[in-house]
Amino acid sequence: MGRKLLTEHINVEGIETLDVYRKHGGYRSVEKALKTMTPEEVVEEVKKSGLRGRGGAGFPTGLKWSFLAKPEGVPRHLVCNADESEPGTFKDRQLMSKLPHLLIEGMITGSYALGANTSYIYIRGELLYVLRILEKAIAEAYAAGFLGKNILGSGYDLDLYVHPGGGAYICGEETALLESLEGKRGNPRNKPPFPAVQGLWARPTVVNNVESIAAVPVIVNEGGDEYAKIGVGKSTGTKLISACGHLKQPGIYEIELGLPVEEFIYSDEYCGGIWKGRELKAVVAGGSSVPILPKELILKTAAGENRLMTYESLSDGGFVTGTMLGSGGFIAMDETTCIVRNTWNFSRFYHHESCGQCSPCREGTGWMEKVLHRLEHGHGRMEDIDLLVSVAKQIEGNTICPLGEAAAWPVAAAVRHFRDEFEWHVTHSQQAAQPGAVYPGALVTV
Amino acid sequence: MAKITFDGIEIEVPDGTTILNAARQIGGSIVPPAMCYYTPLKGSGGKCRACLVKVAAGSTKDPRPMPKLVASCITTVQDGMVVENTINDSVLDVRKGIVEMLLINHPLDCPVCDQAGECDLQNFAFEHGVSTTRYQEERRTFEKIDIGPLIQLHMTRCILCYRCVYTADQIAKGDRVHGVLGRGDAAEIGTYIENIIDNDFSGNVIDVCPVGALTDKTWRFKSRVWFTKPVNAHRDCPKCAGNVVLWYKGNEVLRTTARKDQYGEVKEWICNECRFEKKETSDWTIEGPAHIDRSSVISANHYELPVLNQSVIDDLPASTQRELEQNPPLKLGS
Repeated sequence: MGRKLLTEHINVEGIETLDVYRKHGGYRSVEKALKTMTPEEVVEEVKKSGLRGRGGAGFPTGLKWSFLAKPEGVPRHLVCNADESEPGTFKDRQLMSKLPHLLIEGMITGSYALGANTSYIYIRGELLYVLRILEKAIAEAYAAGFLGKNILGSGYDLDLYVHPGGGAYICGEETALLESLEGKRGNPRNKPPFPAVQGLWARPTVVNNVESIAAVPVIVNEGGDEYAKIGVGKSTGTKLISACGHLKQPGIYEIELGLPVEEFIYSDEYCGGIWKGRELKAVVAGGSSVPILPKELILKTAAGENRLMTYESLSDGGFVTGTMLGSGGFIAMDETTCIVRNTWNFSRFYHHESCGQCSPCREGTGWMEKVLHRLEHGHGRMEDIDLLVSVAKQIEGNTICPLGEAAAWPVAAAVRHFRDEFEWHVTHSQQAAQPGAVYPGALVTV
Repeated sequence: MAKITFDGIEIEVPDGTTILNAARQIGGSIVPPAMCYYTPLKGSGGKCRACLVKVAAGSTKDPRPMPKLVASCITTVQDGMVVENTINDSVLDVRKGIVEMLLINHPLDCPVCDQAGECDLQNFAFEHGVSTTRYQEERRTFEKIDIGPLIQLHMTRCILCYRCVYTADQIAKGDRVHGVLGRGDAAEIGTYIENIIDNDFSGNVIDVCPVGALTDKTWRFKSRVWFTKPVNAHRDCPKCAGNVVLWYKGNEVLRTTARKDQYGEVKEWICNECRFEKKETSDWTIEGPAHIDRSSVISANHYELPVLNQSVIDDLPASTQRELEQNPPLKLGS
């Protein structure tokens, strides 16, 4: 049984209230940081912890914090990215609705470390009920003196606001998020300048995922070195994995990084295997935008080693035989899943969510969706398969923000690993277009 | 000052110059195309991705290449930067892809489009595109919308460069009436809701449009541009500088536009009175035929030889330079 650093008390009755949260050791990190540590020491602890951004990219949080520009007389901001909208990822929603004070505690400690006096939680528009929970918790924190002027007599001031978005996926991209927070259309900005230099209202800004910020109190309480002992190599600490799809026990699991993927899927402590006694076919390991992997490659790397739930092990083999840990949205698909239909579904999402600012993504996402729609509905041609790969390649790397890649990777990977299934959709188009049709594997002779 | 090497040509430019503007100082065929960037419009650029170039070395301090292609219109130069544009095949391949992307939802109605002949997309596709398409799906279409009595928006042709949005923002000084609605390939330029842009300078959105999405209703379907003669003229205008180009067919002024430089960028905004109302020769002081620098079918009634920039010639091998002097096939620029 792995250690639970974030979710240890998640099922305690009334943990969303300040009193119960404090009884279970809440807000210790605020007292410790504000009374005994300088902001630089807090940043140093986070650096030592090796914490990596939990939103998807896995960039070291401490390093991100140390890049923050600190010009004289210019306010700085910490912004929490709670715009969780990647298909397959639903960890932050749960964390915020159950443990709102953990996020607020992290925001206070983090803001102190960065010298920010106004901080924001940008929450996805659909999560209005979570917004209300957070606002209630923030009011409690103000009343208890953890927010506002002169927090705990330390002379440090902090105001914390929750701001709901309109429910656009693109606003999870940090610069689009900042535009939206400023009240503008959520279009990603051209970079550079990066938010660490010119972010919110052109002031130095750090944007962190909910889970990254929630890990800060743990790191400050236990010490960065202690935190870094959990995990394997450069993947330290624990990670929330939101497991969904054809699993016996889907749900949110806090795992120690380094857990073998096989154990995560099949052990009763975690997902308990595939439902209805079926076989695993494929896994999307980190939210819909990471490359899909077939069973053989998700359990073992191409070199035959056990695949672990770490940033490095999952990306072993690059995109040819590997994938990414991403945001931890773990989607398992059983043998009855049609990969073409699934890819079309993902593609439809990215087509719908592209902001339309830069041409490769605006036009390419729609194009891929239409081609996949045709393939799935029995009107595909053999050359469409290579066309998909080619369009994905034209988008990848040529866009303003990573949404282009997020749309291109799943399509390219699906064709890479399941090409026969795409071909079967062309050769047996009538059969494949039937609702619930499943690729029978061995039948393909062409 | 920063010294950069662009396609093997060295040039020194002030710090803060973008790669695209550095290339424009060199001039000639090495200049990356730009479909959305527009120098007079603050904030424009970075969207169409037509100007992507390879940075083979970031700077003298950090000579590592940049991992991705960068948009040359918004990336500023660093001392010692080495940029590859026309000499890098991957750049040209990506550009071909961008043309394809821009054209999949663009109607190929050039034969009936007023912009044909002076269309940035037409030029871009002609230089970098392929003659066939792999796109078989239905294209997106929109109804035509009138933005006021003088401007028509045909959204089907729009490539969402945002130039008109920045123009409207700039002339309206913060009062936003013209923007983008919707997302992805369903995004559309809109004046909420079919409002008119109530501003004396609103006609400039027509000039900045790289395609035929925003057209002058006093000019629509009057003539093909190459059958008209551009003539520089000016008048005393209380609102703008009054320097314009009149487009004549016979003795008739068919339309009035602002003066543009060789990259199609407006030199001075003109007001709606000059653009839409003054259509008599007697309203204007004629200066003479307008010179069209751009490679285009329209020039002052004759085709001109391309001008080769001196700094390009300096970089040519000595033997080629000698040959050029003895036997000049091109008109030499200064």
